[in-house]
Amino acid sequence: MHTEEITIDSITKIEGSASLKVVLEDNQVKELEFIIQDYRRFYTEGVKGKPMVAVPSFLSRICGTCSVAHLFCALEAIEKSQGITLSDQTKLLRRLTYDGLMIRDHALHLYFFVLPDLLGIDSILEIPDDTTSPGGQALHDAFDIKRTGNNLSVAMAGAAIHAPLPTVGGFLKLPDPAGFPDLIRQLEDIRPKVIRGIRMFADWKETMIRNSDYLCLRNDRQYDFIEGEIINTNGKRVKEEEFHSFLKSVVIPYSQAEGYVFSDTHEDFLVGSLARINLNRDLLNSRTAADLVEILKMFPSNNVFHNNLAQAIEILQCVDDALDILRMIKINDEKPVHVPVKAGIGVGVIEAPRGILYHMAEVNGQGMISNYDVIVPTAQNQINIENDLKKYFNENLSKDRGEMRLEAEKIIRAYDPCMSCATNFLNIEWIER
Amino acid sequence: MADLPALPPVNTSGKKLAVGWFSFTCSEDSTILFTELLNDHLEEWKKFVDFKYLKALKMNNQIEGLDVAFVEGAISSEKQAAELKRIRENAKVLVAIGSCACTGQPSATRNNLFDNEINYKVYWYFSHFDYSHEVKKLEDLVKVDEKVMGCPMNADSFIGTLARSLKTFNII
Repeated sequence: MHTEEITIDSITKIEGSASLKVVLEDNQVKELEFIIQDYRRFYTEGVKGKPMVAVPSFLSRICGTCSVAHLFCALEAIEKSQGITLSDQTKLLRRLTYDGLMIRDHALHLYFFVLPDLLGIDSILEIPDDTTSPGGQALHDAFDIKRTGNNLSVAMAGAAIHAPLPTVGGFLKLPDPAGFPDLIRQLEDIRPKVIRGIRMFADWKETMIRNSDYLCLRNDRQYDFIEGEIINTNGKRVKEEEFHSFLKSVVIPYSQAEGYVFSDTHEDFLVGSLARINLNRDLLNSRTAADLVEILKMFPSNNVFHNNLAQAIEILQCVDDALDILRMIKINDEKPVHVPVKAGIGVGVIEAPRGILYHMAEVNGQGMISNYDVIVPTAQNQINIENDLKKYFNENLSKDRGEMRLEAEKIIRAYDPCMSCATNFLNIEWIER
Repeated sequence: MADLPALPPVNTSGKKLAVGWFSFTCSEDSTILFTELLNDHLEEWKKFVDFKYLKALKMNNQIEGLDVAFVEGAISSEKQAAELKRIRENAKVLVAIGSCACTGQPSATRNNLFDNEINYKVYWYFSHFDYSHEVKKLEDLVKVDEKVMGCPMNADSFIGTLARSLKTFNII
């Protein structure tokens, strides 16, 4: 019996720390462990007994890159627990903030983490300053795209990371409409650069195909990251409040984060941009869809590397969505909605950049948090990632080990996993596997 | 975002500042902010800075021979503490980056959990992984030469620290 071990001690160009261990026995994968290494901070325990109004800002600290996603999901959960109905203006301003998040976050992943894979180099630090060099133009496009996403979030929410202005019921301070024309100019300026990036990722031939189920939020009225019901590939619909029982958490003894499977079939699934474009591409902004007719024919796709392409498409979606809103919105002097404090339970489900994010807030009659739960996208994708990697290794065992390590990292990076997010909640309904 | 104090257009020193960027328990918000600063400063900094260790952006990383180590996050385990000490041994200057590195908070939230039920649940993780009893800030374990406060780090303060380091090590 021949046994061999392949390890990657530290997977790079991702958010947080993770490693990979593969044990081969007689030319088959015997064990494969995708190990999330970030230590838990137990924030969902830490918020118990805290005033509900303080919790969204605290929980935005779960993650640096998608802090706005945690902020908005916590706000939704608490607002629902209190029966707060948001104004149309607040919804639009949150949508604009979120467009900024998606533009910046996706661009960071695509151009800073994945672009070197596409160019066959180690790092963006190796790309020459010359904008005519391979990668040089893409990197300069990335600077402009990320900066514009940042500026949009800052204008609406006060900051792109741990935004201070969104609060329970609305915004503490409203944006100055005098800045909107410049934001429109910036968004129009990056638009052709975004399309250039989409074509670049569409032309990338990297392939890893495995049949997965896909799960995302769908609002039948528009391409939406904040409102809707959860749907899967077969069109099954689940209300936000039922999402937790739709999934079964799985203890992965070597990883700091639980994994998830469907509670009925115990099968794995994928969340994120690929799921959203696979299931919601009919809802894309009309300008986005018109410019991407041929590329959108590549979907639905079971190629996990198309998660990169799907993210690039979502950047354009968010640019066009923000342009539409900025051109029509009139800012009224509104204060955050206040209602008398009551005991209640609220569930927020939104699409974070990496997929479905769930927050559940239980509030007591004094407005204090009595229970809190979070399910993050990277934890949901964890088992899917392992199963993709098992397939890859089993089918490529004759390859050079160095090449296999690199390819494995590329597959993991395609998911855009975030370990900071994945290790922040406690769930005690476990099954051992 | 603030502008870096004017750097010369050309590096005439013949050397670069050897920099490492490390992250422990935190949200990595300062790492994200750092990547945003690169939108405006990458080309300029590349002339003067050799990013020898920067896992967020490169696969091939080297810890040996650092002039400055920027360290984000709090310390949650003995393994992390050993890594931090190794960074300290390899860096002439160590800068704590962001609130978790400088104060321990908010990553040290678990230090204040007392409830029996919570302790039971937390215990499961403590018994399966190598958590230390308490989450610590960096200067509880090693000498910290400078701090960049904020959650995420204050961008102006970081840029100022980098510029001072370039002068200290005679790069500019």
